[in-house]
Amino acid sequence: MAKHHVSFTINGDPTEILCETHATLLDVLRDELELTGTKEGCSTGDCGACSVTVDGRLVCSCLMLGVEANGKAIGTVEGLAKGDKLHVLQEKFLEHHALQCGICTPGFLVASKALLEKNPDPTETEVRYWLAGNLCRCTGYDKIVRAVMDAATVMRGA
Amino acid sequence: MQETVKKLTPEPEYKIIGTRPQRPDGVDKVTGRARFGADHNLPGQLTGLVLRSPHPHANIRSIDVSAAMALPGVKAIVTRDDFKDQGSEFVPAGEMLINYRDVVRNVMARERALYEGHAVAAVAALSPSIAKAALKLIKVDYEILPHVLDVDEAMAPGAPILHPGMITAGMDPAPKRESNVAKRVEFALGDVAKGFAAADVIVERHFETKSVHQGYIEPHACLATVAEDGQADIWVSTQGHWIVRAHCARLLGMDISKIRVTATEIGGGFGGKTVVYLEPLALALSRKAGKPVKMTMSRDEVFRATGPTSGAKMRIKIGATKDGRIVACDGELKYLAGAFQGSPVAPGCMCAFAPYDVDHVKIVGYDVVSNRPKVAAYRAPGGPISGYAVESVIDELASKLKLDPIAFRLKNAARQGTKAAYGPKFGPVGLVESLQAAQSHDHWKAPLKVNQGRGIAAGFWFNIGGETTVSIALNEDGTLVLMAGTPDIGGLRASLCMMAAEELGIGMDAIRVTIADTQSLGYNFLTGGSRSTFSSGMGVVEASRSIVKQVCERAAKLWELPTDAIEYVDGSVRPAGANAGKHPPMTLKQVAAMAGKTGGPIVGSSSINAHGAAPSFGVHLCDVEVDPETGRTTIIRYTVIQDAGRAIHPAYVEGQYQGGAVQGIGWALNEEYVYGTDGKLQNAGFLDYRIPVASDLPMIDTVIVEVPNPAHPYGVRGIGETPIVPPMGAIANAITHATGLRFQSLPMSPPKVLAAIDAARAVGDVNFKLKVA
Repeated sequence: MAKHHVSFTINGDPTEILCETHATLLDVLRDELELTGTKEGCSTGDCGACSVTVDGRLVCSCLMLGVEANGKAIGTVEGLAKGDKLHVLQEKFLEHHALQCGICTPGFLVASKALLEKNPDPTETEVRYWLAGNLCRCTGYDKIVRAVMDAATVMRGA
Repeated sequence: MQETVKKLTPEPEYKIIGTRPQRPDGVDKVTGRARFGADHNLPGQLTGLVLRSPHPHANIRSIDVSAAMALPGVKAIVTRDDFKDQGSEFVPAGEMLINYRDVVRNVMARERALYEGHAVAAVAALSPSIAKAALKLIKVDYEILPHVLDVDEAMAPGAPILHPGMITAGMDPAPKRESNVAKRVEFALGDVAKGFAAADVIVERHFETKSVHQGYIEPHACLATVAEDGQADIWVSTQGHWIVRAHCARLLGMDISKIRVTATEIGGGFGGKTVVYLEPLALALSRKAGKPVKMTMSRDEVFRATGPTSGAKMRIKIGATKDGRIVACDGELKYLAGAFQGSPVAPGCMCAFAPYDVDHVKIVGYDVVSNRPKVAAYRAPGGPISGYAVESVIDELASKLKLDPIAFRLKNAARQGTKAAYGPKFGPVGLVESLQAAQSHDHWKAPLKVNQGRGIAAGFWFNIGGETTVSIALNEDGTLVLMAGTPDIGGLRASLCMMAAEELGIGMDAIRVTIADTQSLGYNFLTGGSRSTFSSGMGVVEASRSIVKQVCERAAKLWELPTDAIEYVDGSVRPAGANAGKHPPMTLKQVAAMAGKTGGPIVGSSSINAHGAAPSFGVHLCDVEVDPETGRTTIIRYTVIQDAGRAIHPAYVEGQYQGGAVQGIGWALNEEYVYGTDGKLQNAGFLDYRIPVASDLPMIDTVIVEVPNPAHPYGVRGIGETPIVPPMGAIANAITHATGLRFQSLPMSPPKVLAAIDAARAVGDVNFKLKVA
């Protein structure tokens, strides 16, 4: 089957690929572009490890076809840090020890960034409900929620 | 509340131990740079996929791969014919006993498929789509056999037999008839009949728990390559790469030295990544195809073919006197092992009554095979199951005796000198201290609202040490390279780095920690048994002290002084005693720069069998609210109190307490393997196998109690497993106090709770106390 020519931006960089019809955006990121920071935990949209943003909207990249990314702006965990400067969320996840194994961390960071762009001053309950689509089996979420709340405070300049 | 550490002994003056620095591998893990199992690739790699049995129990008459092999792009196929059969004997591998007859059959079905999802063939092809197409072309001729899933049905006469000729071990005399009961174990102390005769109150109850999965977020993944000369490399997400090496060498008939295993970053394991599934298949496919082969499981495969831990049926009977002294404990545990023997029923028996000092104990366990995936270790294997049952009975006894449940436990708590039913006498342990911390915690005294209840439970886990190698090299600029061999599953690099920095009196930044591959370091048993901070930590301390000794020797040589006239303080050597001040101190950096001239490179190493691992006791407090309309239980408040010996990095200790508690909350309230009558798993995905999510939970408070382990240089106990032992008991007891009803079957999911509520209303149960708003 012929491959499709697809162009989009990833973390601001223009990108062109030839994409099989059935390939998911997650396959494209990991296998074609070797951006393995986005993780595959279930491939059914249940775990959130593959969270990315598409034109600013939070998406499970396993539930979207690569061809659907044409013309879109994709954001992944690799785009969070600027040069050697970590994003506030990344700093806070480290400071609060909000990860143990770290496999879910990229998805949590991308989802948390999307939350704070939409809602800069979330309550604990709002953080917990927004992140309910991201599974973590190690931490019990306590330190993740603290890290996100703290990052929100810093990002508001409060 | 949060972030409390209770110091019970005068604290030595540490600079780094007990602080909360950022982990050395942290930046890689928040930037996506860290490479996990599926993140490794090699040029020209093939994709490997597994064909799995759709039947829970079937003879495999024949497997025809000819059509699949003929598909363009298919490079290799392996089946049972590619793996030599192995005899039935228990071979030690680290601290585990492995029966390779079963291992070879679990990685690839031989005579029979024994569970739905059992591997039957594996294909390596140019792309995932070709591999998928090839699986469809493999023809397997199955003769379907009757299956059995339930433990009582599997034990009943006339049950379908999984392993013809299997005779129950541990029975005297040995049974004459084959059965699905692989073994019987018994642990006893004193005379239970005598004990119960002295009891004023006896409670005897039956319990059931379901199979639950470890639920690590990263599916199993590996990348294998075998060169033409037989030298092989494998990158794999595992808790123990030396174990992977041993199993693969055995199953593939290769020398151990031919296989180099690199442990990738690991995305959770909880015991489930201590065994092999894909690794031997990937190596066999690579050997056949002459190309690297990458294999990754789907989530569906993870649920159907790996893990889980046992479901069980249990009977627990405990007797106590009026004044609250437990006089006898008796129990019978029947654990489902899955398709091959090896359920954690023995540790389940050993843990069951371990928190209590009782003179008369008897517990019998049965290891029962059925047509389910072979169980793998899951965090304190066996302990949470029996612990749930025992802590439920303890709570009921306390209620019957009208005693405070903490006071009742304190009166009977195991302490230093208590003889456990499974053999040993405890050294210093922190159960009493943990119960006292619970008693004085404001959680215990906080008021409850309508339809809320509070539960408490204690828990125990042994913890292990074992074979360990650590190496520390002093670099020419005074920095150090630390190599350990226990995969870092949750902050190990940080705690090892802290112990080395404390010993060497330098900053953590000067030390880079690597988890070495199997070619670069001596043998290490796996990350499991809560051993990695304990054992690798002991190795780090020994290797660091060796560096200090060598550095002193080098300075002694330079200064022409005896070695014992040199002291090492805060990262520098200086003349001591009568010679103090004779020479200015030399820093580690200065000694390192001169290492070549003073005798050569300075390397400290430690190869030990780490002895003296000490148990960790924990106590959990839990408040729940039960909705009378839906049967849904919400965790309102949760506090974990546990003895850590000493917390090297308290934040990661808290993380273990919180994570273990939440896994237990899932086990208590939602998680279960659901099978149809067709023997097929009906919820092989995270949508239907529901692990706790952030919105289900409150913050999880922690109290770290520190009763140091005298056998460890810093007092460390293993702490990772105990936190999953008490939750099911604590939650069951909380639900009882909220509803007035007892639940003797897990999970206490909304439909089950609602059914009990409806039944209690229907009969006008006087104990029932939920109020509809």
